[in-house]
Amino acid sequence: MLPTRKRKAFLIQTVLGLLLLIGGALLIRAILQSLEGQGISSGFGFLHRSTGWDVGFSLIEYTINDPYWKVILVGVLNTLFLGSIGLVLATVLGVLIGVLRTSANPVMAFLGTCYIEAIRNVPLILQAFFWYAVFTHLPPPKVAAEAGGIIILSSRGIFVPGLNVVPGAGLLAGGLLLAGLVLALILALWPGRNLRARELLPLMSRGALLGGIGLAVAVLLLARTPGETFLQFAELKGLNFRGGIRVSPEFAALLTAMSLYGGAFLGEIIRAGFMSVSRGQIEAAQALGLGGWQVFSRVRLPLALRAVLPTLTNQYVWLLKATTLGIAVGFSDFFLVISTAINQSGQTLELILILMGGFLIINNLLAAIMNFINRRIALRGSQLRI
Amino acid sequence: MADIPLVSPQPGIDRLARLRRSLFPTPLSGLVSLAGIALALWIGWALLQWVVVQAVFTGSAEDCRAASGACWAVVTARWRLMFFGLYPYEEHWRSALACFVLVATIVLSCLPVFWTALRIAVLWVASAALFLLLMRGGLFGLSLVGEEKWGGLTLSIFIFAGTALFGMPLAIALALLRRSTLPLVSKLAGGFIDTVRSLPLVTILFTVAVLLPILAPGLSGTKLMRVIFGMAIFFAAYQAEILRSGIQSLPVGQEEAAKALGLGYWQRMRKVILPQAFRRALPPTVSQFAISFKEVSLVIIIGIFDFLASGNAAYGSGEWAFAYVEVYVFMAFVNFIFVFSLSRYGAYLERRMRVGK
Repeated sequence: MLPTRKRKAFLIQTVLGLLLLIGGALLIRAILQSLEGQGISSGFGFLHRSTGWDVGFSLIEYTINDPYWKVILVGVLNTLFLGSIGLVLATVLGVLIGVLRTSANPVMAFLGTCYIEAIRNVPLILQAFFWYAVFTHLPPPKVAAEAGGIIILSSRGIFVPGLNVVPGAGLLAGGLLLAGLVLALILALWPGRNLRARELLPLMSRGALLGGIGLAVAVLLLARTPGETFLQFAELKGLNFRGGIRVSPEFAALLTAMSLYGGAFLGEIIRAGFMSVSRGQIEAAQALGLGGWQVFSRVRLPLALRAVLPTLTNQYVWLLKATTLGIAVGFSDFFLVISTAINQSGQTLELILILMGGFLIINNLLAAIMNFINRRIALRGSQLRI
Repeated sequence: MADIPLVSPQPGIDRLARLRRSLFPTPLSGLVSLAGIALALWIGWALLQWVVVQAVFTGSAEDCRAASGACWAVVTARWRLMFFGLYPYEEHWRSALACFVLVATIVLSCLPVFWTALRIAVLWVASAALFLLLMRGGLFGLSLVGEEKWGGLTLSIFIFAGTALFGMPLAIALALLRRSTLPLVSKLAGGFIDTVRSLPLVTILFTVAVLLPILAPGLSGTKLMRVIFGMAIFFAAYQAEILRSGIQSLPVGQEEAAKALGLGYWQRMRKVILPQAFRRALPPTVSQFAISFKEVSLVIIIGIFDFLASGNAAYGSGEWAFAYVEVYVFMAFVNFIFVFSLSRYGAYLERRMRVGK
């Protein structure tokens, strides 16, 4: 670069940087002044004050005397809970739709196309409202809709079978299961330095997975309430149902809408993945004598997943962000909790910072995990052109 | 090679044979086909019964309760609320006309005749002015109707159009800034884009609509303007990345040749880089618009009386409370028309451009 240009570039950037700093400082000062005018002291001290209001849904124990940091934790956990179940359901549905759409059978492909076009051209929030309206207009308990006595849909809520265990054991078992799964995934994808490590790592991974499942089952069995059946179905007692787990209409509506909507988008992505697997690969697998299921599970699905993992990551992050629709139907997700906290405490700036920071961390973490998986399973070298 | 007939002598039989081959290649696949056809017919029949045959199209809520099909009477009774919101009854024609102006502008923008910077800018600014004149009034003997009375589908489409109108220039600016050779500028633009992209739209809308007036009471316009501003920022962050990928997909030689001809930065961008980048980025841009149209529905969360909110109000009042499914299906259908045609148009563009290569 010419010396004069260099000087010009330096000058522009210095002036720009200074201007931004001054502008930012002025903005923050103005905000602080206006907050002070409204009698709100800034700082994060409020996090230790008790809230005085309740949330609709919580995985951990929460009372109105608990401090603000705990209610925010409740919100984050709810978002992660809804998000992870939604992602799993949407993925299962997406693979199903992707298979339907790429099926050689034109009728199946047509059904898949109908589903996708009907779902993905309608805003998610409209679908969430629709399901919320449906789930709050269910028939009364006496004439509730049942699916073999396992799932009960009634105006008192949606009931699914639960386990007769000590409270908190379910959460612990779920945590153990998740930890085992994550550890297994990390071990399976960990780069093995030498042959011994490469032999041992898959075994350790399998061990971690089985260990997680075993520990979870052991916890549940140890914590079961004596004298009652292990599996507990909801039963009609008088005017209401007893037993089982009640799923609130808010949660059910959001989960249904997210899974159906996400499934349509993931279906399109996975279809593109299946299309990218060349015919030669499938023919080679068939020539080796693999059966239909083996060709699908050993060749088509792994290759397709490798091809679409980056796109899948973006869609997952998008779906996780979509949990913020909780505020539309009243599910206490991270965002609803924060906005209630802003209304109640007035600590606008701090809570907005927590909200933005939280989403940045959650989304970047998810993206980092997905990118790590992508790097580990990506095809390299001569295999690249499939 | 023996002579293979290029055209089948009996196209009818050939088509039938092809259909049989594709539907019934093996007994199992044939069975699946039959099951699928039966399922499709069953769903289609049930839908036909519900939507048309058993449905009630006009009348009162009592007529609906008597019938087993859909209650379209709620739409017939409440369509003005859903389309125009709380706009004064006698002036509904203005809202309808304003809505038509915007839809016509969107359709016209899809014609290649308007694909120059000047023409598209003139078209949009003119139609925005016409919309404001019709909707707000206060001039030429039209009575003044305040923003707080705007609503329904017209408002939704206005927010969408405003997002496009302000978002697109912002997206171009952000894309160019991110490609700047000055590290501070490109880092700042990149940081801004990535931060906005990693936040949910709801949080951005909430910040601009609810918090901005609390934080800085001095510098905030009307709520509607703030909402459009928030939507435009969100749109611009995504669109900037689409444009940037369009710019980066151009061969380096294009810019170098323009430099060698002695063109300055703005000339290079205006005459060489951006027109080509836009062409390449057109299909993803159209699908971004489709996404943006769906996202407009989110404004209900911050209390804007848009199409979705007025639909909720349409069945919310006691009389029609049971007809919520019909209202949502109708709203889904209207949304479907817009988004589906946009996405079909995007697919058409993609096909057309592939042919051109």
